[in-house]
Amino acid sequence: MTYQSPFGLLLALGLAFGGLCSAPAMAQNGPLRIEITEGVIEPLPFALPDFVAENGGGGEYAANIARVIASDLTGTGLFREIPASAHIARVDSFDAPVAYADWKAINAQALVTGAVSASGDRIVVKFRLFDVFSGQQMGEGLQFAGTPQSWRRMAHKVADAVYSRITGEGAYFDSRVVFVAESGPKNERAKRLAVMDYDGANVQFLTDSRSLVLAPRFSPTGDRILYTSYQSGFPKIYLMDVASVQSRALGDQPGTMTFAPRFAPDGRTVVFSLEQGGNSDLYTVDTASGALGRLTNAPSIETAPDYSPDGSEIVFESDRSGTQQIYVMAAGGGEPRRLSNGPGRYSTPVWSPRGDLIAFTKQNDGRFHIGVMRVDGSEERLLTASFLDEGPTWAPNGRVIMFTRETAGAGGQSSLYSVDITGRNLRPVGSTGAASDPSWSPLLP
Amino acid sequence: MSYLPKAMLLIAVLGLAACNNPDRFGAGGPNAGMNGAGGIDSTGLGADDPRSVAYFQQTLGDRVFFAVDQSTLSDEARATLMGQAQWLNINSDYALIVEGHADEQGTRQYNLALGARRASAAQNFLVSQGVASNRIRTVSYGKERPIEVCSTEECYSRNRRAVTVLSMGAGS
Repeated sequence: MTYQSPFGLLLALGLAFGGLCSAPAMAQNGPLRIEITEGVIEPLPFALPDFVAENGGGGEYAANIARVIASDLTGTGLFREIPASAHIARVDSFDAPVAYADWKAINAQALVTGAVSASGDRIVVKFRLFDVFSGQQMGEGLQFAGTPQSWRRMAHKVADAVYSRITGEGAYFDSRVVFVAESGPKNERAKRLAVMDYDGANVQFLTDSRSLVLAPRFSPTGDRILYTSYQSGFPKIYLMDVASVQSRALGDQPGTMTFAPRFAPDGRTVVFSLEQGGNSDLYTVDTASGALGRLTNAPSIETAPDYSPDGSEIVFESDRSGTQQIYVMAAGGGEPRRLSNGPGRYSTPVWSPRGDLIAFTKQNDGRFHIGVMRVDGSEERLLTASFLDEGPTWAPNGRVIMFTRETAGAGGQSSLYSVDITGRNLRPVGSTGAASDPSWSPLLP
Repeated sequence: MSYLPKAMLLIAVLGLAACNNPDRFGAGGPNAGMNGAGGIDSTGLGADDPRSVAYFQQTLGDRVFFAVDQSTLSDEARATLMGQAQWLNINSDYALIVEGHADEQGTRQYNLALGARRASAAQNFLVSQGVASNRIRTVSYGKERPIEVCSTEECYSRNRRAVTVLSMGAGS
C-alpha cells in the first residue's frame, strides 16, 4: 500500500497482502495452509447512481456504463454497492454540489458520479469519485472519449481509476483474456481459440473447431497470441496476429512436437518445449529470424516455462527429481535452482507481473490447487482446492489470478475461475460456457 | 508438416474415431465396407483374417497401457508390441502413427510430454523388433482424448495408453 486511503482501516486491512505474507502465523516451518475463501473482510460500501445523460445520445449508455463499473468493483469482493432504491439524493447534473449528508445517511463511504454524452461516432464519459465521510472529492475528475462500440472499455477505465485510487493497487479491468472455448463430450471435445473482456463480455472466436488447440498466450503488448494447434495432425506452435487473425507456424522442426510457448518481455523471443524422441527440453526461437536456441539438455521433461518480468530468468517445471517440481534458471540457460519444496507435485509456474510472486499448480493427496510462492520458493500459500484446478494466469496488476477448474466424471467440464492472491473472492468468470487455459492480456492502452 | 499427405491425415482421423469404437472395423458389422474413401477399406476382412486391420486392432491389440506417470513398457505391453511388430513386418505396406495418451490426473503440458514419452517407448520397441523407423511417426494427445470418461482408476488405466494407428503407404 503506497496510497493512504482515507476510507479507513477496513479496506486497507483487506489489501495488506504484504503484511499477510510476513505475519508470524506464516512461520516457515509450519504446515502449509489453504486460505479461507469466504469473505473475511467487510467490503467497502459505495453508491453509483446512473450516469447523467448530457444529451439525447448519451441516454443509451448512461445506465449501462454505471452497471459495468459497479460490476467491476463488486466483482473484486472488496466493494459492496448500495442499491439505487436506497439512495436519497438524486444526481441530475454532473456539476451539482454533492449532497454528502444524504450519502452518509445510507452509509455510502464512496460515491461515484458521472456523465455521458454521445454525438456521431464519439461518446465522452466523465466521472468523479468522492469520499463521503470526509466530504471531499478524491483525485481529479477524468474524462474518456471513444467510439460508441468501446463504451464497455470506457466503463472499465472509470472502474480502474476508482479501484486504483481507493486501493493504491494497479488497474486491471480494462484488459482481455484469450482462452480455449470448449464444446462436446469429454472424449471428443472440440476446442477453439477465443478472446473476451476480462469479465467474460465480448467473446470473439479466433479459430474454428476443426483443429484441437491448447494453451494460448498473449504477447506482452497483447497484439499477438502464441498457441499450440494440431492443424497439421501433430502438435505445433503457432503465432497469431490478433488484428488480422492470421497465423504462422513457429519453431517448426520436422519430427518433433513443439508446445508450451511463452513470450519473453521483449516480445520477440519465445521460450517453448520441443519434444524429440520422447524427450522434452526447453528452447527459444526468435520470432523475427526463426533462429533456435537450446536452453536445457536433460532426459527429464522440461516444460511450462515463463520469464521473469525483467526477462533475466525463466521459471519452469521439470521432473528431473522424479516428480514435477518448479525450477528457475538464467534466461540463457544454465544450472537450474529448485524452488518448490513442499509435498506433492508442482507445475505451470507463472511469474507475477509485479515480480514478487510465482503462481503455480500443485497436486497433492489427489487434489489440485492453485498457489503462490515468493520467487525464492518461500512462503507458499495455496489459494484453491478442487478435483482439478490448473494453469494460473496473472491479472495485469498481479493481485488476481485466473485459472481452469474442471469437474470430475463423465460429464466433467472445464470453466474459468478467478481468485485474489489472498485466496479470497473465488468466483467463476463471466458466462463463457465451457472454457480452459486462460491467458490474461496486459492492461489495454 | 506440409510433406505429410492429406490422405494420411484423414486416415489418422479415422483411426482416432476407431479408438472410440473398437468394433468399427468388425466383419459383418454395419460399418463394414464403409471406409473406402481415402481410408482403410476393410470390406470382407474380419478380425479372424490375420491380414486384416481388424485382426491387428482386436486380435493382436492395437494399444498398450501404462502405470500412473510411467512410460516404461510392462511385460504385457511388450508381448502386445511383439505381436504388432510381427504383423507389421509381414504387412509392410502399412505406415503407422503411434499415439501417446495420458489420463486426466495432471496438467496439460506435462501430459503432452508424458504422452510423447509413451508413444516413443512403443515406437522404440517396435523398431527394436525390426519395424523400419521411417514407417513410424508418433503424436501425443496428452489428456485431450480420453477413451473412457469416468474419473476413477478403472477409466484412467485405460486412458494411459499408446495406440498404434495404421495407414496405407509405408515410408510416406
